[in-house]
Amino acid sequence: MSAALEVLRAGVRTTVQDLGRAGLAHLGVPRSGAVDAGALRLANRLAGNPPEAAGLEILLGAARLRATRAVTVAVTGAPCAITAGGRPAAHGLPVGVLAGEVISIGHASAGLRVYLAVGGGIAVPPVLGSRSTDTLSGLGPAPVRDGDLLPIGPVTGPPPAVDLAPYPLPRHDLRLRVWLGPRDDWFTPAALSTLFSAEYRVAAETDRVGARLTGPALTRAVDGELPSEGLVLGAIQVPADGQPLIFLADHPTTGGYPVIAVVDPADVDQLGQARPGTAIRFVRQFRSSRQETSAPVAA
Amino acid sequence: MRIRPAGPSAVLLELDDAEAVSGAYRLLTTARNQGRLTAREIVPAARTVLIDGVTDPGPLTALLREPTSTPETERSTPTIKILATYDGDDIDDVARLWHTDRAGVVAIHTGTAFRVAFCGFAPGFAYLTGLDPRYHVPRRPSPRTRVPAGTVALAGPYSGVYPTASPGGWQCIGRTREVLFDLESDPPALLTPGAVVRFAEAA
Repeated sequence: MSAALEVLRAGVRTTVQDLGRAGLAHLGVPRSGAVDAGALRLANRLAGNPPEAAGLEILLGAARLRATRAVTVAVTGAPCAITAGGRPAAHGLPVGVLAGEVISIGHASAGLRVYLAVGGGIAVPPVLGSRSTDTLSGLGPAPVRDGDLLPIGPVTGPPPAVDLAPYPLPRHDLRLRVWLGPRDDWFTPAALSTLFSAEYRVAAETDRVGARLTGPALTRAVDGELPSEGLVLGAIQVPADGQPLIFLADHPTTGGYPVIAVVDPADVDQLGQARPGTAIRFVRQFRSSRQETSAPVAA
Repeated sequence: MRIRPAGPSAVLLELDDAEAVSGAYRLLTTARNQGRLTAREIVPAARTVLIDGVTDPGPLTALLREPTSTPETERSTPTIKILATYDGDDIDDVARLWHTDRAGVVAIHTGTAFRVAFCGFAPGFAYLTGLDPRYHVPRRPSPRTRVPAGTVALAGPYSGVYPTASPGGWQCIGRTREVLFDLESDPPALLTPGAVVRFAEAA
């Protein structure tokens, strides 16, 4: 049998993820990919993989796997205790695992998503150029279940020699940099001032599609329906109830509620680790005059 | 036309109508194919085109001043023919709204030259424009929990075909055996933005 990771315990929700499906949004295909893409990239680097290799996204940790051959694994993202073959192993460093040994991932002590990369990557067949499970459209492999045998690809490089790989610890309060627009003019001046002064909290209904927030309602200045328009990662959409929803990896390609502002792509990974109850404040970013674009263009 | 920012690395072009969207989308995708524009995604919608993965809108503004279409690009647009059986659950409701009968619905639907305005809702779900405004119909009062793959339906100014079984609130007038979304095809969607679509009644 070729090399594989045998899933002894999948945990509450484990999916195969890489960096997602790029370039197909015009056909209605969501981007998908790791919610904390930085953590997956780091895990891949530590396991000697290219950044786009597929790994496991393990919601809240608590999973057990067995390697059928000797492999290097690396665990990043939400902090958790790790053992390999019964020996304690480090989070955020390459870990050598012998054939038949069990890799045990403990409960995440903070944050939401643990990432595991294995040298060679998870080699399930790609769908439209990606091995990611898209929970919105159903594209990609089914979520990982107990008893699955996940094929491992050929090793492409040695793990790096590292003593320390810095990774930001998930926080109980987050400051997210945001850029106004594209539909900030659909909201009252009071709503804009609320957005940058009030504290919001991550709600329980938070998944790979988006992080729902609760807090002061953002009131609209424009009634009526917005025709559907394209969405970017980190878009802060405001549905009729005024409670913001920030789109994550499995977001739909288009949406019909106005987007008041967009979270800076550099801060989206941290939001992907924010547990329900995490306090969120938004910090407004300003464009340089060269970048100022919200203006009519002469035809 | 207006250019709205969508974060630090994307812009949303707001246009006057579906025709202007179609022209801007064609121009932008052509420029990208020619290497004159770098963008991760170009996503047309009802009144907008999203360009994701651009940090400097400067060159974009210059591009958008170019004429949006030429007779040549119009001629090269393929027409996709879809054979449909018109026996949908809502066809009688639609016939009433259109002040006609089933045969009249078939004649109007097969007599319309549709264009794919944009895709969304699900992979391969195309919003088809071209229906005369007097034939625009509301969504059903409550959505169905399951609409089978291949269902031909109407809502607002659009017609569409469900690529996979899903919940749906559109008025169902028929069905087709065409495969709308095929993972083995490139592109995977049968109906891509800008394509011309004609329906014909299956024998």
